[in-house]
Amino acid sequence: MRHSPAPGAALLSVTNLRVDFGQREVVQGIDLRVAAGECLALVGESGSGKSVTARSVLGLAGSGSRVRADTMELSGRSVLDLSARQWATVRGRDAGLISQDALVSLDPLRPIGREVGDALRLHTRLTPTQRRARVLEALGEAGLDNPEVRFRQRQGELSGGQRQRALIASAIALRPPLLIADEPTTALDVTVQAQVLDLLRGFKERGIGILLISHDLAVVAEIADRVAVLSNGVIVEQGATAELLSSPTSAETRKLIAAVPFGRPRGVPLSHAARMARPAGEEVPRSSPRQDPPALRAVGLEKRFRLPGGKSVTAVADVSFVLEPGRTLGLVGESGSGKSTTARLALALTPPDAGEVTLGTGAWSRLRESERRPLRALVGSVYQDALSSFDPRLTTSDILTDALWKPGRSRHGNRTREVHHLLSTVGLSPDVLTRRPLHLSGGQRQRVAIARALASEPQILILDEPVSALDVSVQATVLDLLDELQRELGLSYLFISHDLGVVQHMSDTVAVMHSGRIVETGPTPDVFGRPSHPYTRRLLAASPRLPW
Amino acid sequence: MTELEAQAASAVIRRGRASGFRRIGVAEGLSAAFLAFLLLAALAPDLISPLDPLGIDPANAFEPPSFGQVLGTDESGRSIFSRVVHGAGTSLLIGVAASTIGLGLGTILGVLAGSGGRIVDFGVSRFLEVLFALPGLLLALFLIVIVGPGALTTTLAVGLSTAPGYARIIRSQLITVRGSAYVEAATVLGLGRMRILARHVLPNTLAPLFALGTLGVGQAIVWASALSYLGLGAVPPSPEWGAMLAAGRTYLSTAWWMSVFPGLFIVLTAICATVLGRAAGNRTRRR
Repeated sequence: MRHSPAPGAALLSVTNLRVDFGQREVVQGIDLRVAAGECLALVGESGSGKSVTARSVLGLAGSGSRVRADTMELSGRSVLDLSARQWATVRGRDAGLISQDALVSLDPLRPIGREVGDALRLHTRLTPTQRRARVLEALGEAGLDNPEVRFRQRQGELSGGQRQRALIASAIALRPPLLIADEPTTALDVTVQAQVLDLLRGFKERGIGILLISHDLAVVAEIADRVAVLSNGVIVEQGATAELLSSPTSAETRKLIAAVPFGRPRGVPLSHAARMARPAGEEVPRSSPRQDPPALRAVGLEKRFRLPGGKSVTAVADVSFVLEPGRTLGLVGESGSGKSTTARLALALTPPDAGEVTLGTGAWSRLRESERRPLRALVGSVYQDALSSFDPRLTTSDILTDALWKPGRSRHGNRTREVHHLLSTVGLSPDVLTRRPLHLSGGQRQRVAIARALASEPQILILDEPVSALDVSVQATVLDLLDELQRELGLSYLFISHDLGVVQHMSDTVAVMHSGRIVETGPTPDVFGRPSHPYTRRLLAASPRLPW
Repeated sequence: MTELEAQAASAVIRRGRASGFRRIGVAEGLSAAFLAFLLLAALAPDLISPLDPLGIDPANAFEPPSFGQVLGTDESGRSIFSRVVHGAGTSLLIGVAASTIGLGLGTILGVLAGSGGRIVDFGVSRFLEVLFALPGLLLALFLIVIVGPGALTTTLAVGLSTAPGYARIIRSQLITVRGSAYVEAATVLGLGRMRILARHVLPNTLAPLFALGTLGVGQAIVWASALSYLGLGAVPPSPEWGAMLAAGRTYLSTAWWMSVFPGLFIVLTAICATVLGRAAGNRTRRR
């Protein structure tokens, strides 16, 4: 390592950091200190100011921002009031940034080697040959196999995990003593996430300081030495990870811990509001209609996609499951495992190549679309990316009014009362009605999506990664809402997610998908407690969880 | 969205809401003013310039721009300013009519290709590619050869040759919208095909057309002028800008104003239409 500072030396030290955008001060006096070989985690809900804090330290707070501090030092040098040009010499050398979305952070048209080599070209006088050697070394350090091959590949030829590693390689190319990692694993599958966390842990052991920004306390617990909890731009609690997570003192920390779904049995509310409404421990009786016909049943589903060039790929093979009425079937698997194709088959948006989906006692996937249309009201869906599932021209009011339309009803009838009822069902206030979904928060959008799905009074909801785009505390409120709706309306859920914690919390039975097949299925406690398939065991081992 | 982006987005939204439509840029304001002036010239040319655009006055031929003759006079002593003002109607009409034809035809072809199934799409797309392979001006010349020169032919020719471009855009927009998550969501809700088409597909496909059309007017005026300049459009002495440009060509070394001012109006009109078209396009996207 270029810098090998004595352990304990401060790589980053900030006192009384304040950041404002015009009138609004989003960071209101924060002190931070990261020493060599140490990982400090900044946690908080979205909007708490954690990202702005991390970016201010790199002079990247954004346009219209004003950053002030009493002191701000990187590797012992003051970086207060640097010009844009001066910042450019500091960034990458004194601190590297690992950002969340490798897909947008890497230029799709340039080979990885050039992307990673940028920092070296700007900051060093290495010859192209030396630069190449250093880039290959960095790619290796970031854990990419075949650095020589990766060097020439472009972003699109790499998997999500490889892209994240390439991004890490470019952050460490200059061997900075400090890494700032902004949600480095949020978009990744659990097994890949575990590998990236391992990698970061390795850096830490070699004396690199890490400032980790995350909303996921389970990830934080895996790697951070100290945690600072942010709320509304101030640090409300700070301390050693184990201590802070096992005996939190502030309400904000307790809220974040409670929102982690992992290991929390079904029906235990995750969000503060829901806990107030229904104290934990009170078992709510669920209907147990085991003798009823299944709400939805899939038998031997298979789906192939043709690839350009005549070959075909099997996305889903021999998938069978039974969705009991009033129950939740969790479908868990990593990206590319065929979960979403299964969802589309269940929704009869695409016909299976083999097998059949039946609804109640009748046909479903076999029907012609014109025959199925009247039945569509019975099966609703909620997607991960709520925003793209709304017509961009329409307001919330339009969206819900449209959803309430039924054949034979006049289009222009007054639906105000029904729309308001839907809104109150999902816990939204009527002032969202005049807004377009683009201008709503992630949690609000997902609630509108749920309201739309409920408009036709369905019996089944297909939920495809419904909370994956939300941060933990918002996720908690949406999961609680779904749980409540299920109990009140007797809905059956096909709950699809890559997040084992969420699936465990929500499901009565679980099916684990891998490479298009269901490799293990059974009651949730059995699958999570005594996994029989090696893949399930691997998934479970890779999932970060709170040890307390 | 990261927090930063969210903040930036909400800041933009707040600003947008606070002032609404009043937030218009300088360039957009000037463009609108210029086009408004042209519109007035087109509707009531005598209000702006009472001089007869065809009135000959050989005694005052080749007058350079002065107080009395703002833009000078031509070889027959006709006022260039008056001719430019009186020609605005023809030029604008050709521009608007041509882009209407182009857009209309483009929409029909684009919708056909985008929704007619694989075989129709294949056929229409190949047809469009053939049209693309011919330079637009050549296509226009071809038509003029068949029908004969004149303002109407010019309009038709320019409209026809811009249609393939519009058709392509509409086809791809239609395919994007049809595959969008919100159309899928409407399907899941049990909405019928026609309802989805009317409620989601057509509005979202055709929304960019307004901006496209405005952009197209500028282009069409330039093309029509080019045809007139070649002597294939409006026929002298009618005060059409392209024809005026051509008439001044002979005297370019001695009476530059005869070509420069009509040319300036062509360029300005095209620029202003483009500026407004872009602004409209940005506005629809930003929503």
